[in-house]
Amino acid sequence: MDFSITADQKLMQETLVRALGEISSLDRVRAYAGDRGDAGADVWNALKDFGLPGLLIPEEHGGLGLKLLDAVLAAEALGRAVAPVPFLGACLAPLALIGGGSQDQQRTWLPGLAAGDIRAAVAISEPIAGTRDGAGVKAEAGKLTGKALFVEGGLEADLIVVADTGGRLHLVRGDAAGLSRELMVSIDQTRRLAELGFDGVAAEPLSGDLLPRLRDAAWALLAADALGACDVMIEKAVAYAQERKQFGRVIGSFQAVKHMCAEMAAEVEPARSLVWYAAYAFDEGLDDASLCCAHAKAYLGEAGRFVARTSTEVHGGMGITDLLGLHFWFKRIGLDRQLLGGPERVRDWAARLQGLAA
Amino acid sequence: MDLRLTPEMEAFRDEVRGFLEAHRDHYATGAAADRPREAALAWQRLLIEHGYAARTIPKEYGGYGAQPDILKTRIIAEEFTRAGAPRGLANQGISMLVPTLLEVGSEEQKQAWISKTLRGEVVWCQGYSEPGAGSDLASLQTKAVEDGDDFVISGQKIWTSTAAQADMIFCLVRTEPDAPKHDGISYLLFSMKTPGIEVRPLKTMTGSAEFNEVFFTDVRVPKSSVVLGRGKGWFVANATLKHERGMLGDPNATEARLHSLIELMKTETVDGRPLIADPVFRDRAMALQSKVLAMKFNGLRGLTASMRGEPAGMAGLVVKLQGCELNHQIAALAIDALGELGVLYEDGPHLRAKGSWQWNYMFDLGLIIGGGTAQIQKNIISERGLGMPREPKLAKA
Repeated sequence: MDFSITADQKLMQETLVRALGEISSLDRVRAYAGDRGDAGADVWNALKDFGLPGLLIPEEHGGLGLKLLDAVLAAEALGRAVAPVPFLGACLAPLALIGGGSQDQQRTWLPGLAAGDIRAAVAISEPIAGTRDGAGVKAEAGKLTGKALFVEGGLEADLIVVADTGGRLHLVRGDAAGLSRELMVSIDQTRRLAELGFDGVAAEPLSGDLLPRLRDAAWALLAADALGACDVMIEKAVAYAQERKQFGRVIGSFQAVKHMCAEMAAEVEPARSLVWYAAYAFDEGLDDASLCCAHAKAYLGEAGRFVARTSTEVHGGMGITDLLGLHFWFKRIGLDRQLLGGPERVRDWAARLQGLAA
Repeated sequence: MDLRLTPEMEAFRDEVRGFLEAHRDHYATGAAADRPREAALAWQRLLIEHGYAARTIPKEYGGYGAQPDILKTRIIAEEFTRAGAPRGLANQGISMLVPTLLEVGSEEQKQAWISKTLRGEVVWCQGYSEPGAGSDLASLQTKAVEDGDDFVISGQKIWTSTAAQADMIFCLVRTEPDAPKHDGISYLLFSMKTPGIEVRPLKTMTGSAEFNEVFFTDVRVPKSSVVLGRGKGWFVANATLKHERGMLGDPNATEARLHSLIELMKTETVDGRPLIADPVFRDRAMALQSKVLAMKFNGLRGLTASMRGEPAGMAGLVVKLQGCELNHQIAALAIDALGELGVLYEDGPHLRAKGSWQWNYMFDLGLIIGGGTAQIQKNIISERGLGMPREPKLAKA
């Protein structure tokens, strides 16, 4: 019985956190946020050295052959750095290909994905988070028609995994005829969302019922991203409270302020174990994997909102300024909460899974 | 991460399961508030003999004498819960005094008290809190004045569970009135039959007296009743408080309570529909399930740290605060989902679960306050966990 991450996993995460301090410094994030023409290519390229694009891809296809638990540890690091990296697609597209792709499809795509030369996105919001504004993609005779919203990294993706309204998955090339992409400007300036239009776009179907597995992994990854961002917001609040003086003492010596910090830590710390377990259960195929991935997503959605707001408050007026840049974490957490289902929707799904709702 | 058990541990689980199957007829509960009856004492002796109680207490003091093995302890707990078997005696003598004596007691004190306490032959109560010394326990004022070979004790204690049933008390008193407050305290063991002790039940909002007030008027006890030495009481008490904190917030018990809540919501109906069909209540139940699962895995993480002899860090510091609050919220949802039925409390045809949801809701508020209030927990989390400064002391007038 060992409920912990290994020394190797810890080292990998710490190395990544340290490297991201340079690769994705606050200045770099600001530049990305301020320039829509900046695709963050240097950040992505630097992460290739860590094998991040091929984390979940088997070694025979040039990847690291690691598991979702390793990926959530990486996601935590990316969330910490509010890194402008579309990591969801980099994890989920390989999972779709490994689980439902033919040998040909795997040989065609996986080595390029592993090397980071091909960038992937997943368009799965509608069947998971619900259909809005008439979105949804229909598949007929190998052609896709309709639109998909909220596709992280969808603007620059070379390969898109698209879920149709029936939940079946399809591969679409980024340069396919009839595919259009529009930026959807969200609060989070560190990850870009796209609206994809499909006008009779050629697609290759993937086999199997893989959407549930992609959903579980996505929920764990988004939870981990929020967890990393929460950790930083707590650290920043604690540090600020020990510098800022009012009434002749650091504000961190006032219990009112200390208790805000303690409440943030108390909400977030148990979530770390939940995220680790959810990913472990996913990797081992345990019975409660789906339930725990859902709860990780819902829990971090709630705890994230509390931490984002409370940390900002601890920073006083400075907390809401652009100067401090705390808002990049606030907004990152805000997107993590809603993307692929907010807490209420995810909990409703958890109830259904347990036969508690019709 | 590898949550599988080794074959040795699986075999141990089978052994515990086998024991519980074979001894089903001997199950007997010793309620914490009562003196244990003979059946409960017999069950306790059987548990000690097989190593399912007093497991790591040395044989020479009446324990089973096993090496500490946190995983085996956990397996025992899980199997007893699964079988619905009573865990043997759980009282403050066993959970707090025995570990304290093992750490700092004299050989004579260990020989005199540990075995009898484990076997339920001696029942203890704890004399710590006073009307004027709660969160600031070290400001306690009950005094013990030296007189020949004795101390003469006067003062008052409060929140004393089982004082009416207890044979003995482990008690903090001020023996050195001129020393700084933490250095003037001694830890005494004496009989509750000593002349000059009066116990008054303290009825709480639950309607029953889970606690007492204890008054000392010129209570004469021998100086030999001091543990470790005069003025060392604060050190001794902290060895004990450490054991108390570990006791509160058991994630298995919380998971069991959530399970009862969900069963309740599936079976109880309003307007002919099960309570769980209400989307608002269902969402609240699922939000609590998120937290219960997080605390369960947080507990496993703490367990792994303990097995390695590492500190659990923040994962350990948050357990009391979060665990007690979570239990309280589960009871609150049960009451809300039951609606008007949820406020019934005395026997009657409409009463549900013997009023236990209301009882828990009120009693748990005491647990949030006792053993270090939620606010003290937040001080501990921010100071020890996050490295924030203590509130500066007021300058003396």
